[in-house]
Amino acid sequence: MSTLLTIADVAVELPTPRGNLRAVDHVDLSLEAGRTLGIVGESGCGKTMLSRAVLQLLPKKAKLTGRVMFDGQDLARLAPESLRRLRGRDLAVVFQDPMTSLNPVLTIGTQLMETIQEHLELDAPAAKARSIELLAAVGIPAPEQRLAQYPHQCSGGMRQRIAIAIALSCEPKLLIADEPTTALDVTIQAQILDLLAREQRRRHMAMIIITHDLGVVAGRADEVAVMYAGRVVERAPTPALFKRMHMPYTEALLAAIPKLDAAPHTPLPAISGRPPDPTRPLRGCSFAPRCRYAAGRCHEAKPALTSAETPGHLYACFHPIQMAAGVDA
Amino acid sequence: MMQLAVRAEPLLDVDNLVVEYGLGNKTVHAVSGVSLQVARGETLGLVGESGCGKSTLGRAVLQLRRAKSGRVLFDGEDLTAMEGEALRKMRRRVQLIFQDPIASLNPRRRIGDIVAEPLIIAGVKDAAERKRRVHEVLSAVGLDPDLVSGRLPHEFSGGQCQRICIARSLVLNPEFIVCDEPVSALDVSIRAQILNLLEEMKARFGLTLLFIAHDLAVVKAVSDRVAVMYLGRLCEVGPSEELFARPAHPYTALLLQAIPVPDPDVRPAESVAGGEPPSPIAPPSGCRFRTRCPRADQRCSAEIPELREVAPGQFAACHHPLA
Repeated sequence: MSTLLTIADVAVELPTPRGNLRAVDHVDLSLEAGRTLGIVGESGCGKTMLSRAVLQLLPKKAKLTGRVMFDGQDLARLAPESLRRLRGRDLAVVFQDPMTSLNPVLTIGTQLMETIQEHLELDAPAAKARSIELLAAVGIPAPEQRLAQYPHQCSGGMRQRIAIAIALSCEPKLLIADEPTTALDVTIQAQILDLLAREQRRRHMAMIIITHDLGVVAGRADEVAVMYAGRVVERAPTPALFKRMHMPYTEALLAAIPKLDAAPHTPLPAISGRPPDPTRPLRGCSFAPRCRYAAGRCHEAKPALTSAETPGHLYACFHPIQMAAGVDA
Repeated sequence: MMQLAVRAEPLLDVDNLVVEYGLGNKTVHAVSGVSLQVARGETLGLVGESGCGKSTLGRAVLQLRRAKSGRVLFDGEDLTAMEGEALRKMRRRVQLIFQDPIASLNPRRRIGDIVAEPLIIAGVKDAAERKRRVHEVLSAVGLDPDLVSGRLPHEFSGGQCQRICIARSLVLNPEFIVCDEPVSALDVSIRAQILNLLEEMKARFGLTLLFIAHDLAVVKAVSDRVAVMYLGRLCEVGPSEELFARPAHPYTALLLQAIPVPDPDVRPAESVAGGEPPSPIAPPSGCRFRTRCPRADQRCSAEIPELREVAPGQFAACHHPLA
């Protein structure tokens, strides 16, 4: 396996009237070809900004430091023209809201064929044939008729399928799916997640799924990174993260989800307080004010990412949980 | 007419409610003959996907949307027959909490005034009494009244805004609250806080709740009984525990199967029943779920299934219920 994407020491700062906001705080991640990485965190944890840094689609005023190596190239140093050729072809993205990512005044066919013809050397009839093929592959009935329709004539689930078809149109090496199912109903969510998994296997494509829902990554990602206040606070192969997490935040986040098998009226172990103000970074661990294990040192210094016993498992905590050999998966 | 088992005299009794919207020259069949009851002190969860009519039903209960036919009995009185002052008086006993806590607070008004407004509308003239009530409910929802009363909504996070909305809904001492997706806009860690708070408030103020949400796990966490809605009709009603353990309606089963479980050992169910809900402008004949149902046959398109008791207290509207 070869490393397709390396995020090295990436930080993103945004100027705001209240001072600089550190959206991403020195993140290192890597992803191999054909693998799936889940990035999980709550609103404002920096997961979306991190994905924008990979895509080089940050707001104009944002300051990016660090390196984003994709397929042997440093994206931050790439000329705009080369970047434009790369995005949409090798590097594709699916956003949360399919209504805003599709152009409302262009037909679905125009939008699909535009991407295909921009990146692949196909004439109009070939591009059209490929569009039909793609729509069929993402489970859209009567794809030929759909080509002439506009986004508003499709349901939310259909629109997301179309956005996925556009993203897949040039056989990307990496697909970034940023909350791809958050705007959708639960039965449609399951269909879209199945579709993404199926197309990924078929195309041997790497994928980053960004989500706030641990349930979405549990069965579908090879590896999961948990973000909090701009940092990756734990990263592990999926089974290790769910069975032997070391970071108290991961434990608390998992515990706070209502469980289907719990009896009604069981009080939820909520995390008290809320994430810190990103314009006022804390000296110590960002989770310390909400953490039930926090002690003196946690408020004084930032714990570095440390290797755990499982290969590939890293955590950033002075008082990791489940460290004893005990808990078995 | 079917009778859903409720132990005591229900506080809320919705009987064969029909709500329709005009859309150009078409009609949206939002709620098509729903009957349900909520006992005093009970939480009834109402689940379904977007467009199934669950919010419309909640609004029709409060008479914010008038029903085309059917009755809504609250404590024995028919709200659908009430107008003007009588309805306004009744509304003090029935409150509503919305999904988007930030949008439901006036951005230009101070928190103290926002929470006091229902008291002013209800004619509480004594300013000291209003202040006392506002203090009481703000403290109850875990906010410091002295710190928050003079501030504006934008100074608060989504979770705190939802606390303020809950405080406002409690200020008139209501008996019944319709919670319409109260935690959907909130992050996981904040969602748990608000769910716990609703449970606490329910116990403390002796409330009865209609809890509307699309998330089955959230609904189960707070509900005594759950009603599942699809395209304007009820599919299934039953005690939470039994309904989740042994769903009788294929749609309930589909919903349960589709939930992503935060456990890597649970393989996601491949290819859950395909398709999407049909349009409520032209709902299918017979059972409205039949177009997506693996068990559907001739009878399902010809005959509307009525809610029938399949287990004690559990009712399903299906010709071929799951065993």
